[in-house]
Amino acid sequence: MSAALRTFDLVKSFGGITATDHVDFTLAKGARHALIGPNGAGKTTFVNQLTGVLKPSSGRIELMGEEITTLPRAARVKRGLARTFQINQLFATMTPLEMIALVTAERLGRGSHPFRALDRDAELVDQTAEILNRFRLDDIMDRRIATLPYGKQRQIEIAAAFAARPSVLLLDEPAAGVPEAERRELMRTVAELPDDVSVLLIEHDMDLVFRFATRITVLVNGRVLAEGTPEEMARDPAVRAAYLGEDAHV
Amino acid sequence: MRAETFESRVRQALHAGRRWHPAEIAFWCLAFAAFLLFPSQLLLLNEIAILALFALSLDLILGYAGIVSLGHAAFLGTGAYAAGLFAKHVGGDPLAGLAAGMAAAGLLGLVTSPLVLRGTDLTRLMITLGVALILYELANSLGWLTGGADGLQGVVMGPVLGLFDFDIFGRTAYLYSLCVLFTLFLVARRVVHSPFGLSLRAIRDNPLRASASGVPNARRLAAAYTIAATYAGAAGALLAQTTQFVSLDVLDFHRSADLMLVLIIGGAGYLYGGLIGAIAFKLLQDAIATFTPQYWMFWIGLFLVLFVLGGREIIHGGVKAVAGRLAGIGRGAAR
Repeated sequence: MSAALRTFDLVKSFGGITATDHVDFTLAKGARHALIGPNGAGKTTFVNQLTGVLKPSSGRIELMGEEITTLPRAARVKRGLARTFQINQLFATMTPLEMIALVTAERLGRGSHPFRALDRDAELVDQTAEILNRFRLDDIMDRRIATLPYGKQRQIEIAAAFAARPSVLLLDEPAAGVPEAERRELMRTVAELPDDVSVLLIEHDMDLVFRFATRITVLVNGRVLAEGTPEEMARDPAVRAAYLGEDAHV
Repeated sequence: MRAETFESRVRQALHAGRRWHPAEIAFWCLAFAAFLLFPSQLLLLNEIAILALFALSLDLILGYAGIVSLGHAAFLGTGAYAAGLFAKHVGGDPLAGLAAGMAAAGLLGLVTSPLVLRGTDLTRLMITLGVALILYELANSLGWLTGGADGLQGVVMGPVLGLFDFDIFGRTAYLYSLCVLFTLFLVARRVVHSPFGLSLRAIRDNPLRASASGVPNARRLAAAYTIAATYAGAAGALLAQTTQFVSLDVLDFHRSADLMLVLIIGGAGYLYGGLIGAIAFKLLQDAIATFTPQYWMFWIGLFLVLFVLGGREIIHGGVKAVAGRLAGIGRGAAR
């Protein structure tokens, strides 16, 4: 089987608390996979280990068959692992154009060039334009990110991650806090991501999960409680008790 | 067809960031015209140009990379002593001495950069301050090399480019310092508009997202710190060469503190802040010192408090208004 991303017996403990409890997880190539679980289930801790924000206590992480357990963050991005953040992490003083140009420049290995002008680099200009177009940011590319509506900012989160041309894209609650009116646009953006990108969606919103994912992993108390198709998960009594049922009451 | 026009729009928008504003051209014309306009003030103008270069250096790390420093005098002093010693022991050619000062300060920047990569603003302030204090005491105790408290004597400069001798009116000094400032400014302007400069702004805005975008933060910050140190070293070298003397004062704490003031007055992160701040600071210092020499620090202190409390918007608003008017004239002329 071909896995895009895999963890082997991954453990992360903080003092006496085990936030990630012996997790064996596989994200297949081209997958549309959702990771769900109640608050405090350890989803964010798990993602932070995948991306290198946190160091696992033990276990291994492999990206496209290569071990990345101890690689620094930027090196993982270079190998094709990109993410979005649950809380917007954008460059507030930049424009969408500059932010996408930055990610593209880093991917093309131009980031250490101190003298090259951005606009003289045809490859950089073309690929930046392609991303701005694809994510429908062309009409606002010149405005400061901090002044844009929240839904647009979420869109830029995804565009900036995608601009790194990842083989694996981690979407951490992409729809969190987005008002209803801007939600549809965002869901469309997620649905339109090309098939060759393997996507792991970390999400609370069951509507988005069931519409998007073909496979679901349920994380509870740092452990994998169940995994399967959306239909299987919807039927699973343990999942219903631990998560879906509880959510339905909210 | 549609895509092609959009790409050219993207190209133009990226170009807009580095296009010369008419106010910038006016600024540099005035700076060079000052040589003819104020022939009796060239020594003061020379000091302004050197302080401006020093402030440009701090702006590169503070305004663009977000690294605060209370010890930037370490690099000014290193550049000054290196250029002074070069003139004394190797040769009096100013450009060679300038290169020596820049290289020495840049090396110090490279070596000390790991210290400022991590940590909060507070730790950075303490570390930069500490490094500057150490250098001050080193220069003080290595009297055989630096002249200690008496200063470095016997710095004799040759003519610039073998043609222009330094004079007591500061004619050569001002033009030499201004040309070095302008050249290094052009380089800095190029750097901040490059992919490298963009990545520094990214780190300043959000280090977490920068690393998630593939930016190797530590390496970029170290490079920026080294470049800034080189610039401060150039300012120090100019100081040593145009005064033909180096004293411990170049490493003193007040140099670093004044520099922070200069950048606060002028505003950080758009390259001209240090230059405008240096002009304002020196003119203010000069004006106050002529009517009350002893109490200069009192007035600058009062000014600083008022400025930070509310005057900043007024001054920066004024600068923007003038720039806007100049842009209007520039557009009018273009038509």
